[in-house]
Amino acid sequence: MHNPQLYSDGQLRHFLSIEGLPKKILNQILDTAESFVGVAEREVKKVPLLRGKTVCNLFFENSTRTRTTFEIAAKRLSADVISLNVNTSSQSKGETILDTVDNLIAMHADMFVVRHAQSGAAHFIAKHVPEHIHIINAGDGRHSHPTQGLLDVFTIRKYKPDLHNLRVAIVGDILHSRVARSEIHALTTLGVPEVRVIAPKTLLPAEVEKLGVHVYHDMRAGLKDVDVIMMLRLQNERMSGAMLPSAQEYFKTYGLTQEKLSLAKPDAIVLHPGPMNRGVEIDSGVADGQQSVILPQVTYGIAIRMAVMAILAGGQPSGTQS
Amino acid sequence: MTTDPSQLPDAEALINILADKLQPLLQKNTALVGIQSGGVWLMQRLLAKLDKTMATHAIDHGTLDVSFYRDDYAKRGLKPDNQPSQIAFEVENKHIILIDDVFFTGRTTRAAMNELFDYGRPASITLIALVNRGGRELPISPQITAMDLSLKPTENLQLIQLANGQLGFTIKSLTPSNHQAASKHA
Repeated sequence: MHNPQLYSDGQLRHFLSIEGLPKKILNQILDTAESFVGVAEREVKKVPLLRGKTVCNLFFENSTRTRTTFEIAAKRLSADVISLNVNTSSQSKGETILDTVDNLIAMHADMFVVRHAQSGAAHFIAKHVPEHIHIINAGDGRHSHPTQGLLDVFTIRKYKPDLHNLRVAIVGDILHSRVARSEIHALTTLGVPEVRVIAPKTLLPAEVEKLGVHVYHDMRAGLKDVDVIMMLRLQNERMSGAMLPSAQEYFKTYGLTQEKLSLAKPDAIVLHPGPMNRGVEIDSGVADGQQSVILPQVTYGIAIRMAVMAILAGGQPSGTQS
Repeated sequence: MTTDPSQLPDAEALINILADKLQPLLQKNTALVGIQSGGVWLMQRLLAKLDKTMATHAIDHGTLDVSFYRDDYAKRGLKPDNQPSQIAFEVENKHIILIDDVFFTGRTTRAAMNELFDYGRPASITLIALVNRGGRELPISPQITAMDLSLKPTENLQLIQLANGQLGFTIKSLTPSNHQAASKHA
């Protein structure tokens, strides 16, 4: 089957979802990100790889952190960066997505970082663009947020290098979370033997077990002896109708407190993709505590995004060159 | 295709020659920087030899992987097995001895110098190589070598790690299509 993310020789062309990418490519991105981590600690925090290239952040949905880290990543690679909040510009005047993209290609953009509330938006653009243009999915609807999934795994690998010996729990709103889906695909592809999801029935997608995860509704049982806890944000803005009684009720049952954290292994780490709702899915003491790696996640996110961009923008394999 | 190994230079003997030539260059604020991967192996061997005679202080050293500075990135993409560069010392005002195994086109040296300057402004950079094989394409050349050769552009001389822990050389003949691929490593 044709995979739109890969060239015919198996090299990465677009980065749209973790699902469908071989372990080799995921490891290539993670290993390359290792090399980029140190760049931020130098006198000159820049490498010249994308000099003369133009990266266009196309955000049809708001996000401060993701857009900022993509922007910093592109700038540290010496690219020129344009960030567009499209929901406040031409889309509101009626322009279609593809017209917006075509106009930016006419301005010689080389790479697009796309976030959209609609699942599949980045795939749709990737199918449309010419050979030399690369698309990175920065989150599409409930579907996928592959750079977040990979930066989470990268962070885990930094603290727990042996992925083949880990028990990981993902807690919260799995149903609306593209982050959770990308995390699950990344963890299982890279050989993490036990991935648990912990959530109320109303916040789990149908047949979630088919993704290869163990389902828990009781948080205390689910956290027992885990090495890694990945919290998710309660996505109020995606919830139509009453799926939960109240935020306080949710915190009581599924919020991560120091007491619940103590059920995990003593050296367990806590991740959160941000932005956090303190006191809703995570207690402030835990978020700022010893076991939290939430801020390192942000730092490593830049290295992962640099790695993805650097792999995509490099020379195209022979035979596909225009 | 590999030529007769007995005709290849003896890497271990050349390392001894290079160490002797390097010794007088060392001063208090000298630092060694090996270029991945052959230059790093060579640096480790040189450090072991120099340490015996320079027991007074440890020599600062680090490694560079120039993947992010290569001039053929747009054509060939990022090398998949890149390693993090590790320069833990202050580059500012250091006398840097840049170490490569085989000097060929000078493009790797250019990339390495560009990367070094992103760490700081060194007082000087001296380039040393085990072998200068000829074929430079830039106005760059090593100040110290243990051996000078004149190889054909299609011959690719590489330092390798042998099973017994020693270093050795291989030479491969290149077809025109992979000629460029090899020159990027030299």
